[in-house]
Amino acid sequence: MSILRSNSRMSRFLADYGILGVLLLLCLYYSVRTLKQQHPTGEAAAEILARKISRSFESSAKVVIAAKTGRENLAFADTLNELLEKAGFKIVRSIKGDPLSIRNAFGNLADSGLRADTIATTRDYVNVVRNIKAKFPALAEVTISTPDGYLWPTFLLRANLLNISNQIAVIAIVAVGMTMVIVTGGIDLSVGSLVAFSAVVAAWLIRRTGGANASGIAMAGSCAAAIILCAVIGTFSGAMVTRFRIAPFIVTLAVMQMARGLAYLIAKGKPIYQIPDSFLWLGRGAEPFFSIPYAVILMAIIYISAHIMMSHTTLGRYIYAVGGNIEAARLSGVRVNAILLLVYTVIGALAGVGGIVMASQLKSGAPTFGNMYELYIIAAAVVGGASLKGGEGKIFGTLIGAFIIAVINNGMNLTNVESYTQKVVLGLVILGAVLLDTIKKRR
Amino acid sequence: MNFNNTPDAKRPLVQMEGIDKSFPGVRALRNARLRLYPGQVLGLVGENGAGKTTLIKTLSGAHMPDAGTITIDGVQPHIRTPLDAQRAGVAVIYQEFNLVPTLTARENIFLGREKAKCSFVSRRAERRQVQRLFADIGVSIDPEALCRDLSVAQQQVVEIAKAISISARIVVMDEPSACLTPQEVKRLFAIIRDLKKQGIGVIYISHRLEEIFKIADSVTVMRDGEHVTTRPVGEITSAELIEMMVGRRLENEFPKAKTPVGPERLVVKKLCRGRAVRDVSFSVRRGEVLGVTGLVSAGRTEVARLIFGADVPDSGSIELDARPLYIRSPRDAIANSICLLTEDRKAQGLVAGLSAHENFALPNLSHWSRNSFINPKKERSAFARYVNSLNIKLADQQQLAGNLSGGNQQKLVLAKWLESNSEVVIFDEPTRGIDVGSKYEIYLLINELAAAGKAVIMISSEFDEVLGMSDRIIVMHDGRISGEITDVAAATQEQIMALAIA
Repeated sequence: MSILRSNSRMSRFLADYGILGVLLLLCLYYSVRTLKQQHPTGEAAAEILARKISRSFESSAKVVIAAKTGRENLAFADTLNELLEKAGFKIVRSIKGDPLSIRNAFGNLADSGLRADTIATTRDYVNVVRNIKAKFPALAEVTISTPDGYLWPTFLLRANLLNISNQIAVIAIVAVGMTMVIVTGGIDLSVGSLVAFSAVVAAWLIRRTGGANASGIAMAGSCAAAIILCAVIGTFSGAMVTRFRIAPFIVTLAVMQMARGLAYLIAKGKPIYQIPDSFLWLGRGAEPFFSIPYAVILMAIIYISAHIMMSHTTLGRYIYAVGGNIEAARLSGVRVNAILLLVYTVIGALAGVGGIVMASQLKSGAPTFGNMYELYIIAAAVVGGASLKGGEGKIFGTLIGAFIIAVINNGMNLTNVESYTQKVVLGLVILGAVLLDTIKKRR
Repeated sequence: MNFNNTPDAKRPLVQMEGIDKSFPGVRALRNARLRLYPGQVLGLVGENGAGKTTLIKTLSGAHMPDAGTITIDGVQPHIRTPLDAQRAGVAVIYQEFNLVPTLTARENIFLGREKAKCSFVSRRAERRQVQRLFADIGVSIDPEALCRDLSVAQQQVVEIAKAISISARIVVMDEPSACLTPQEVKRLFAIIRDLKKQGIGVIYISHRLEEIFKIADSVTVMRDGEHVTTRPVGEITSAELIEMMVGRRLENEFPKAKTPVGPERLVVKKLCRGRAVRDVSFSVRRGEVLGVTGLVSAGRTEVARLIFGADVPDSGSIELDARPLYIRSPRDAIANSICLLTEDRKAQGLVAGLSAHENFALPNLSHWSRNSFINPKKERSAFARYVNSLNIKLADQQQLAGNLSGGNQQKLVLAKWLESNSEVVIFDEPTRGIDVGSKYEIYLLINELAAAGKAVIMISSEFDEVLGMSDRIIVMHDGRISGEITDVAAATQEQIMALAIA
């Protein structure tokens, strides 16, 4: 019995998130395609080299560290120093500088008669170091150690994965709202324009409240105002849909035009750049522990709360019921108009948040932002399993859908596919993913 | 067993042998068989889920059987699609309508085979034929009315007209009379007899056994996807038939229990809405089952919808326990302890795409949620109690409501409103399209509700049901109450009919 039940749970999971397989296959494909020798730098290189030295020398060995200047190289030298000392090695010298200072230091070393076993340096500095060392016969016995490269897909590099997440953050955040709207049986075409509207309003307000010298409070207030304004526009769309029974497609098509036009009017057709550097915090900053970008953390928080809301609260249940059968929901005492109004408000607010993230990523607010985003956002939701007929769709399905789009874009960039070809491929993949889902459901 | 009844020694028109059909998790048909002769009316009976509809769907091309042979008039046609079946001469009128709501009656009847010259539709020719069809059936429906504006009964008539117009040799009717008034049923029977005379074979599926005895020549009983028996109707009694359908004996079709009737609970005064409801006043007492009947579109459902807040009345007032109620939405009604079990479960009662337990929970979420967070354990155990007590047949609680059989869907709707523990319970056609066994269980529940002191309103088109289950009956005609019957035990169907057409 328990096996049976877990089996049906498994199949339900697959039915809900079968599209996950598509994402994993895409990841696998691009992993294989971008497999190549990786040469890390900085702290990562230091770790690799420390391990290598520990393996090839006894722990009493004496090590000289030679590194170029620059943030990465200094990090390399310091980390290596620390790691090797911890492992019991003696660091004779840690030299950081241009070839001249290396030469002086080596000369000094040769003259001092201090014995050294190996010189540790970075890959891009090894030729310089070798040439300098050759000039000092006293150092002939000393070997040179560099960090080894390793075979690993560029696609799967931590930096690349974080990059993918950061790039899709805006679309993914708005797609949460789109999933809710689609589940109610509606659609919102205005979100791309609202992203631009929000970015422009926020940037304009920041410029008004001090421009590049705006305070943190002024920035926060500007962003909040932009988000609230977008939410109000969402409420307006919702009111048109519920009060006057206009098709959501039409309402949001009109709002799409209006919001884009307003963005151009407010920005006078030009991007607004007068924004403090600290505004980049959200779009480009990362938390200190795992260096995950704040935008990705924000996205994760929004997804988790939306998932909880949709699957564990009465509100979520009502949203599914309204989309599944609006009349039956109403006759069961669900306030269907309030629910519809709410989801359009939520998607408006999320589009506002998306606009802020984008403005922060690009350190500007331009009326051209978010062009065609509504289509990518709808695609993310639909690829993730949301049915345009309403009543069906999962929040995490949408996240997977968004990532499928992001992975294809990123993978094609890594494999140097032309951007025009990328559009064709992306279209085919969207169609294929939905087709797969439909066939699976029909069986 | 003797299959060769009526037109003897003739070749069967339809011969289905050894039909198997499985769906994920269910064996819908096993070794099912059916024989239909030219000019014969074959009654097909069985409880819901017995496999009648599935068997018909294998004949009509909606399903491909897993095994078995279908012979039509001596040949075995390849029936893969409904169109193949139509070409082989099979026309099916399903329980659920196959009409396009935004097209007119005429357009629906000719959908796919328009009378056209060079793609130009000849409306006049079509209209003439439709009018003749409707005249034959004896109904007056505007051929140019949009189907979505037609009543349930009228839509069914359009379906019947459509099937007849295909001039099929085999006509299958799945619960055709469920929404028809007695006169309309009489006309339908006349048409069926006409079809018989033309040598057309009719398969007539119905839960109303008296109709089977009236119109059918033979009757085939199915149970659990299997063929139980086929007999001429003259050789079998209604009780035997029921026994074979349910596999056990049922004592009494209407198990009415008398409950002492208390003071007035629900009082409706001078309710009006347009032409549909005009000056309707009545009351329901504690422990009383008030039967509301009349012909289709007499305004019964409309009254229920006004009380429940699904529509807003033009004027009038509603009181519960001498307290005036202000009801502007179903939400208000539910808050005031009134519930409505709608006649159309699929369109109004259930969200087909949600699971059974989610449907059950929809009006009751506050019972097991805190700060709007649902406690899934409590929800499941609450539902499990009803699954047990109402004997709802489910694969599991996650099963989609849309995949349940009619009887189980109705029980699900019932569970949903029982949990809400309303003081006023309005049933609109509670047993429409429901098998004998489930019907009986629903009647018992109505008794229980009355015994618990609730005010029960039971709207029904079936006069025998109203007579069998009510303490008092009001009859409606054209939006008004045309009469009241207080002495139900002495009342007759003729008496109701007289009030209904008054």
